[in-house]
Amino acid sequence: MGNTGHGETLLFWLGSIVSVLGALGLIFSKKIVHAALALCSVMLCLAFFYMAQGAVFLGVVQVVVYTGAVMMLFLFVLMLIGIESQDSLTETIRGQRFLAVPLVVAFGAVLIGVYAHANLPAFVGTDAVNAKGGGNVTALAQLLFSRYYWAFEVSSAVLITSAIGAMVLTHRERTTPRKSQREQSIERFERWGRGERIQVTGLPNPGVYAQHNAVDTPALLPDGSPAEVSVNATLRGRDTVRGFRPLPLPGQVNGQVNGKQSAKQSNEVSQ
Amino acid sequence: MNPANYLYLSAILFTLGALGVLIRRNAIVVFMCIELMLNAANLAFVTFARMRGALDGQIIAFFTMVVAAAEVVVGLAIIIMVFRTRRSASVDDANLLKY
Amino acid sequence: MPSSYAPLAATGTFALIAWVIAIPLAGAAILLLGGRRTNRFGHLLGCAASVGSFVLGAVLFFALLGKPGDQRSYDQHVYTWVPVPGFSADAGFHLDQLSIIFVLLITGVGSLIHIYSVGYMAHDEQRRKFFAYLNLFLAAMLVLVLADNYLLLYAGWEGVGLASYLLIGFWQHKPSAAVAAKKAFIVNRVGDVGLSLAVMLMYTTFGSFAFGPVFNGVSGAKTGTLTAIGLLLLLGACGKSAQFPLQSWLGDAMEGPTPVSALIHAATMVTAGVYLIVRSNAIFDAAPNARLVVTIVGAVTLMLGAIIGCAKDDIKKALAGSTMSQIGYMVLAAGLGPIGYVFAIMHLVTHGFFKAGLFLGAGSVMHGMNDDVNMRHYGALRKFMPWTYVTFGLGYLAIIGCPPFSGYWSKDKIIEAAFSQGGTSGWILGCTTLLGALITAFYMTRVMLMTFFGQKRWVADEQGHEPHPHESPWVMVVPMAVLAVGSVAAGALFSYHSAFVNWLEPVTGHSDGRLPFSDALLQVITLAVVALGVAYAWSLYGRQEVPAQAPAGAFATRAARRDLYGDAFNELVFMRTGQYLTRVLVYFDLKGVDGAVNGIAAGLGGSSGRLRRLQTGFVRSYALSMFGGATLLIAALLLVRG
Repeated sequence: MGNTGHGETLLFWLGSIVSVLGALGLIFSKKIVHAALALCSVMLCLAFFYMAQGAVFLGVVQVVVYTGAVMMLFLFVLMLIGIESQDSLTETIRGQRFLAVPLVVAFGAVLIGVYAHANLPAFVGTDAVNAKGGGNVTALAQLLFSRYYWAFEVSSAVLITSAIGAMVLTHRERTTPRKSQREQSIERFERWGRGERIQVTGLPNPGVYAQHNAVDTPALLPDGSPAEVSVNATLRGRDTVRGFRPLPLPGQVNGQVNGKQSAKQSNEVSQ
Repeated sequence: MNPANYLYLSAILFTLGALGVLIRRNAIVVFMCIELMLNAANLAFVTFARMRGALDGQIIAFFTMVVAAAEVVVGLAIIIMVFRTRRSASVDDANLLKY
Repeated sequence: MPSSYAPLAATGTFALIAWVIAIPLAGAAILLLGGRRTNRFGHLLGCAASVGSFVLGAVLFFALLGKPGDQRSYDQHVYTWVPVPGFSADAGFHLDQLSIIFVLLITGVGSLIHIYSVGYMAHDEQRRKFFAYLNLFLAAMLVLVLADNYLLLYAGWEGVGLASYLLIGFWQHKPSAAVAAKKAFIVNRVGDVGLSLAVMLMYTTFGSFAFGPVFNGVSGAKTGTLTAIGLLLLLGACGKSAQFPLQSWLGDAMEGPTPVSALIHAATMVTAGVYLIVRSNAIFDAAPNARLVVTIVGAVTLMLGAIIGCAKDDIKKALAGSTMSQIGYMVLAAGLGPIGYVFAIMHLVTHGFFKAGLFLGAGSVMHGMNDDVNMRHYGALRKFMPWTYVTFGLGYLAIIGCPPFSGYWSKDKIIEAAFSQGGTSGWILGCTTLLGALITAFYMTRVMLMTFFGQKRWVADEQGHEPHPHESPWVMVVPMAVLAVGSVAAGALFSYHSAFVNWLEPVTGHSDGRLPFSDALLQVITLAVVALGVAYAWSLYGRQEVPAQAPAGAFATRAARRDLYGDAFNELVFMRTGQYLTRVLVYFDLKGVDGAVNGIAAGLGGSSGRLRRLQTGFVRSYALSMFGGATLLIAALLLVRG
């Protein structure tokens, strides 16, 4: 592994093209899921590079920890926030992009200039140290538990702290006792008794007497009109209720009994 | 192949990550761009380890991963909390701490 | 020239000097600190302190009399006042022929006026406080005349100023009294600044405040410095003695109770300026220019006071104008140098007698006339208050210089000394004094006629009480009688075998001037002038009835009624100018200083307000600036490393 062979050269160029494209995709993709996938591709390419450069353990960790765990965490949070959320690429801060692009170009130029200017040696390769330690993992472990032992311990503290921090940050204190079903029912009846027009009994299940029994299909009331209150409020809010839309009767263009009207009525009932 | 190519790639990836941090508004994307920058740095460490024939660079890369993992955990927790209260993941929306 | 200043140590009888001051001081302290508890006997204690001080003064006087002429100067060191390295001030007293005259005058006239006040202030609730202030005044005035150095003299000088302020404003419930007290205090400040500067200049010139080093060091000092000291001393004297141009306060000071006017503003305090000049005779002898200014100030004030005295209908203010005029005589005499010092002091003493008597007489008249001071409301009082009439009349004869009353002896000598000055200035000063004598005779006759002769012009006061003129009680009459005796006899007594001149000569020095014409001629002229003044006043106020309402009068009368526009001048020159200066300074302060300060503040605030906009709250902006900083740092490192 001292010097680069043709295979590695090929791998490098392929990988570098993919990773740069992935990085650009990360920056410029509108959908966040796409960005996350682009980042995954970059990380996988880097894992290849690690392995090609003799860091077998790091390459595996890159795949398992980064691409596997960390990116999954990202996607998980993405789902919490809204998988379909999009990010507008129009700039809102005046002058931000105008300043950022030249600055980044300048920074890249400086960095590349540093490398170009430096008197870099040829690769020595890690084969010798790996062999001396009895393999890459063993050699790393020896180093980790001897010279970097203190840093290792500290990093464990960092991890624990971050875990506790995440729990503390996302924790929500319950300030009132949870209401039991019985209490909720009593409360509903009391409100109904005061004259509020609310649904006292449990809501109807979706799909009852309907053409489908899917969750987005409202149940049908005895008069044949759909009971939209049977559908989950989130689906109603997105207006994705699959529906039974009775045709208007002849001469009744704005029929009293149509889907929307009944939905409105049932909404009022639910309030 | 020129050994510096890995370093050039690392520099380019780092720069792109920085650009993403500066121009993207969604907090999650910003975080991913930071991850990209960390990975670019890791690539440079691994390359230097190979260049010098010592494993220290790999160890440093390893620690970088540990720190990155911790940072992601806390950072995502903060994002969730902000999202809960403000219904937004845009870093520009959280701008109360100003003049 | 006086013999050089070399006092003896005060031992034996002379160790009593400090007690002369301590007694009235203790009286004041007891009465002020004792509060209401001393109300019952306060007036008696005050009188006792004053009389006790007078008795001690008399003992000292007779002790001095028993010594030969060159052994009549004593120094008593009491304690070291300011014991600081490189600067020493002692509290010490100096008794000599000059001081003892003042001690006797102050405590003697003071005691009489204390006694008089017992009757005059009988109905005043604050009588105890009045006596406390009078005692305080006596103590301060005695410190002034007994001090053996200028710093202690200055302390006494300020002390009498304080007592004067307190007593002028004694009826401070009257706004006019409060304002008059303030005016007296402020005008006196001007003079006091002059005196304090003179004292400082003395210290830098002679290295000491004490009389000895100062007087003995005069010969070694530059004439210019001595002239400056002399002029500054004169400024101090002008303030305290109401001399031009600081004369304006004395007329208003008559707002105080009449005994105060008699004691402080006629007999003693206002003559402190004359004392200061005569005491500093060594300095003035060596500074002829300063002396010339002194004579000019004296001559101007002499005429000014006399003219003002002619026009006032307020009996006390007419007498106040007269006081100014008579002190002008003394200052003029003091300015003449060795030929005048003695006569200045002699006139001071005789004036102390007859002017105090006149004021007490005026107080007695007011006492009988419901405290009305307007002479146009008097008339025909000689039948109702015969004692007052007689004593006042004797004082009147003394002040106009009618022989053989005391004023004749002292004033005639001053006129003589003025003519003896020689040259043009001698003629000018001599004629001024003669003219002053004429006017004095006129206005004093006017006062006399309007008060005691003619028809009744009495009017009811504001409460409708008709005046019932009556003779004052004996506690008031007796002091007036004693003072009348002084007015009659003092001059002749002093002039008997030149007793007064011989007495003072070791301190002040004396030289007889040479008259350009015969002595007898001058006396005839003087008497003729006085007779002319009396006759003219008789023609105006005796032969024809005095109107109860003041006539409009000619321009000169109106000007004299307004104190010859002294107040208007002060207001125009000092107050208005000061106000404009203040306004300019305020404007400069607001626009210039505040403008600069506020401008800087506004500039900083404005630029901060704009710089503040950099804190957008956008985390990406911050990231951008951090990134820019990092770029610059790396680039800089690269450049430095080469």
